[in-house]
Amino acid sequence: MCLGVPGQVTKIWEHEQTGLLMGKVSFSGIGKDVCLSCVPDVEIGDYVVVHVGFAISKVDEDEAKQVFEYLEAMDELAELEIAQPESP
Amino acid sequence: MKYVDEYRDEAEAKRYLEAIASTVTQPWTIMEICGGQTHTFIKFGIDELLPEEIELVHGPGCPVCVTPLEMIERAIAIARRPEVIFTSFGDMLRVPGSDADLLTVKAQGGDVRMVYSPLDAVRLAQANPDREVVFFAVGFETTAPANAMAVRQAEMLGLDNFSILTSHVLVPPAMEAILGAGDNRVQGFLAAGHVCAVMGYWEYGPIADKYHTPVVVTGFEPLDLLQGTYMTVKALEEGRFGVENQYSRAVTYEGNEPAQKLLGEVFQVVDRPWRGIGVIPQSGYDLQPAYAAFDATRKFDVEAIAPPENEICIAGEIMRGLKKPHDCPAFGTECTPEHPLGAPMVSTEGACAAYFQYGRAG
Ligand code: SF4
Repeated sequence: MCLGVPGQVTKIWEHEQTGLLMGKVSFSGIGKDVCLSCVPDVEIGDYVVVHVGFAISKVDEDEAKQVFEYLEAMDELAELEIAQPESP
Repeated sequence: MKYVDEYRDEAEAKRYLEAIASTVTQPWTIMEICGGQTHTFIKFGIDELLPEEIELVHGPGCPVCVTPLEMIERAIAIARRPEVIFTSFGDMLRVPGSDADLLTVKAQGGDVRMVYSPLDAVRLAQANPDREVVFFAVGFETTAPANAMAVRQAEMLGLDNFSILTSHVLVPPAMEAILGAGDNRVQGFLAAGHVCAVMGYWEYGPIADKYHTPVVVTGFEPLDLLQGTYMTVKALEEGRFGVENQYSRAVTYEGNEPAQKLLGEVFQVVDRPWRGIGVIPQSGYDLQPAYAAFDATRKFDVEAIAPPENEICIAGEIMRGLKKPHDCPAFGTECTPEHPLGAPMVSTEGACAAYFQYGRAG
C-alpha cells in the first residue's frame, strides 16, 4: 500500500455527483477508477503515479514503465488484483 | 557480488558500490525509514555488499507494524458488528489481535472486505445504504490523501453510513523522536521518496539542522538506494548535514500542494501512539472536528483493550535502529511469518519478515 504504482490515463471525467476529476488508469492492461483531482492538468495518455486509487504525480513514460516492471518483479502489485465495486 | 546480476544496470550498481567503498573511512549507521526500502535492501543483499563500516538499520516505516494493538482490537470489535461492512487494505487483515485477526472475523461470518482504495469503500456505502461501511485508514503520508478524499467525497455525497477508523502516522516526527532519544545511533537518514512525492521535503531541513544529520530523499529501487546511500556517506564523511534529493525524477521540494491542502482541511495533526515505540507528539492525523461524523471511533462505542505485547519482542528497539531482527531470541524460532509474535514479522515490509524471508541469520 505504500509504494505508488504508475499507470496510463485512458479516460477522464467529472464525478457525476461531486464534480471531482476522475479517470480510468491502465496498469499494464488492468483498468482502475482513480481520483485525479490532485493532478488537475492531466491529459489522456499521460502517466501518473497512483497511491490506493489516488493520483499523486505525473511521470514520464520511460520512468513509468521501469518502475512498473520493478514492482512486478518485486511482487508488489497484488493490490491491482482487488476488484472495484461498480459505480452506483 | 552475489545479487548484482539482478540489478537493472549491473555496471552502475558496481560503480556506486565502489564509490561508497572508496569514500568511507569510518563506521556510520544509516537508517532507511520506509519498509519498502527495507525490503529492497535485504532482498538484493545490499546490506551485505556495502563496506562493513556501514551499518543499515531499519526504521518504523511499515504502517502495519506501527499500528497500535489497541486499534487492531477496535477494528476487530467493529468488524464483528452485524450492520458493518468493514473494509481495509489487505496487509492489515492478518495482524493478530488478542484472540483473532480480521480474517478470522471474516471466516466467522463478519463482513470484512479487502478494497483497492478507500474511495471504493465510499462506493460500497452508496450501494449499501442500510449498512454501515467502515474503512480502516492506516498508513503514512502516502495513503493519507486518498483517505482524506474518501471522507470529503462521503461528505459531498451526503452519506451518513460511511466512517473511517483512523490510525495515520507521519514520518518527520518519527525521525525526530529517533534522533532526539538519548540512546540514538542513527547518523544519516534515507527519507522515503514516495512520502516526499506527496509532502515535498521542506519539512526535513529543520530536522537535519537541529540534529546535524544528513537526510537524503531516496527512491525504492536498488540503484536508488545505492545512490542514496552514497550521497549520505559522502555527506557524513565531509561533515555536511542538510537535505539532498536523490529521487528528483519523482520528488520536488514543494510536493503535491493540492494534496497537502486537502490533508490540512480534512485532518488535524495529533499525538499518536506507535506500536513498539510509544506516543510520539504531533505524529499522526485524526479527523478535523468538522468531519467528526465520519469518525468510526465516535460512531461505534466499542471496548478495545490492547493485549500486552509479547515480552520477548524487541520490535521497538529494532524500529529505532538500536537492534537488528536477529538480536531477538525469538527470531526464526518462536517467531516466524506463519506465527508472528510481533508486527514486524507480519508484514513483508517489516524488518523481521524481510530478514527471515531472505535468510539473514546474523
Ligand atoms: S523476531 Fe518477532 S518477536 Fe522478535 S522482534 Fe521481530 S517480530 Fe518481535
